[in-house]
Amino acid sequence: MSQNNVSHNGTATSLRLKTGLAEMLKGGVIMDVMDVEQARIAEEAGAVSVMALERVPAMIRAEGGVARMANPALIREIMGVVNLPVMAKARIGHFVEAQVLQELGVDFIDESEVLTPADEQFHIDKHQFTTPFVCGAKNLGEALRRIAEGAAMIRTKGEPGTGDVVHAVTHMRTIVREMKALSALSEDELYHAAKNLQAPYELVRLVAQEGKLPVPNFSAGGIATPADAALMMQLGAETVFVGSGIFMKDGATPLNLTPGHPEREEAVSRARAIVIATTHYKDAKIIAEASAQVKGHMKGLAAAAIEEKDRMQTRGW
Amino acid sequence: MPEPPHIGVLALQGAFDVHAKRLTELGAKAHLIRKPDELKELDGLVLPGGESSTFLWHLELAGFYDVLKAFVQSKPTFGTCAGTILLASEVLNPAQKSFAVLDITVERNAYGRQNDSVILQEETSLPGGPLETVYIRAPRIARTGAGVVTLATRDGSPTLVRQGHVLAATFHPELSEDRRVHEYFLEMVRASR
Repeated sequence: MSQNNVSHNGTATSLRLKTGLAEMLKGGVIMDVMDVEQARIAEEAGAVSVMALERVPAMIRAEGGVARMANPALIREIMGVVNLPVMAKARIGHFVEAQVLQELGVDFIDESEVLTPADEQFHIDKHQFTTPFVCGAKNLGEALRRIAEGAAMIRTKGEPGTGDVVHAVTHMRTIVREMKALSALSEDELYHAAKNLQAPYELVRLVAQEGKLPVPNFSAGGIATPADAALMMQLGAETVFVGSGIFMKDGATPLNLTPGHPEREEAVSRARAIVIATTHYKDAKIIAEASAQVKGHMKGLAAAAIEEKDRMQTRGW
Repeated sequence: MPEPPHIGVLALQGAFDVHAKRLTELGAKAHLIRKPDELKELDGLVLPGGESSTFLWHLELAGFYDVLKAFVQSKPTFGTCAGTILLASEVLNPAQKSFAVLDITVERNAYGRQNDSVILQEETSLPGGPLETVYIRAPRIARTGAGVVTLATRDGSPTLVRQGHVLAATFHPELSEDRRVHEYFLEMVRASR
């Protein structure tokens, strides 16, 4: 860190730098990658950032077990091969995993419900970090609680690892609807709204005034096709995360990325098309063209078929 | 009242919203540009921050690159961060394609990763005293050619430069309350009309 970097000491200044990086990611696609080869393909296919992890959500779902922060050696390796910002996930409440990720120098930490939670009550106090955090939310109250804790970016949770966009849609619609409802309220009604949302009054009032979250609002959780990405953008997302949708064949098997293998071409075609559809999300003609170039797609798992207790989105509070 | 200047903001990806908001606050008409034919009838263009490799990737797809290059060769253009990288005559770390309308050598991510992002107060030749400069994973201008005027510096390296109709910053004036850099660009646009 440079010597004259005094401004990180102030929370407000620090938050400007954190949300500043989120601004730079807008309109882009953040892709989950599990190794150096996937990271290279993501960068070459126009990704704006990569999320380094050991298993994508579809694999975690298929294989079970405790899902933790990725091995620092893998994260370092991926940081070494791409010029893009690199993100990595810490377990909910696991502030030491977050300390390790900050020490590694990752550009964004995802305090993620995809990993097995480490704390059943408390999320990480994100104000204590210079590295910005992104957190998932299903509704406005949850989003504002995460922002109060210092999150610099919110994303819908959706239902990760399914390739089924339905819950990402529900969460985005809920957040947008709840924000609209706030803007119609009078000052005295906002106190009651804050109580109902279980969120700090100051943040509730800010949303009521501005009509949007005080940090960028992205989308994740089940986005698997170019049209899914454009759908989330039209519903109000400013960027999309694609987890299992690019490099997975079915729940537990990644595509074979050996040069010359047809599955490599399939992964590249999916990544490229989702990038195009995210930028041109209002242009059905371009989305149609991009979609037509896609070879194959993730098999997917209907989110409705997943029992409540097996859902990742219910983790976090 | 004169017709407000029409300024495009390249919106393939990146910090286009904040630029458009600032331009609108200063009385310009901002247009988000995602396709080559949208460049028509603009008085000037902003290339925002974001990921320069992602910008290039999009530009190469639809024959956008050449149309945009022709625009930035002749019309007032303002690049910030990744936008500056696109305008430079030479790019390092890694070497990549660029429009070469600004005679500088620029090094990507030269000030480090996000943990090294910082807000500074810097001396500037713009009137009004020190300038607040917001650096996010910033590039560094390692060399400036003879025709390039330096308007602000950080530790001796230029951070705000102008060459004729091209203005470029390695920081993010759109993320600061200080509006002077955008005002300066809009003056350039008005002077060229």
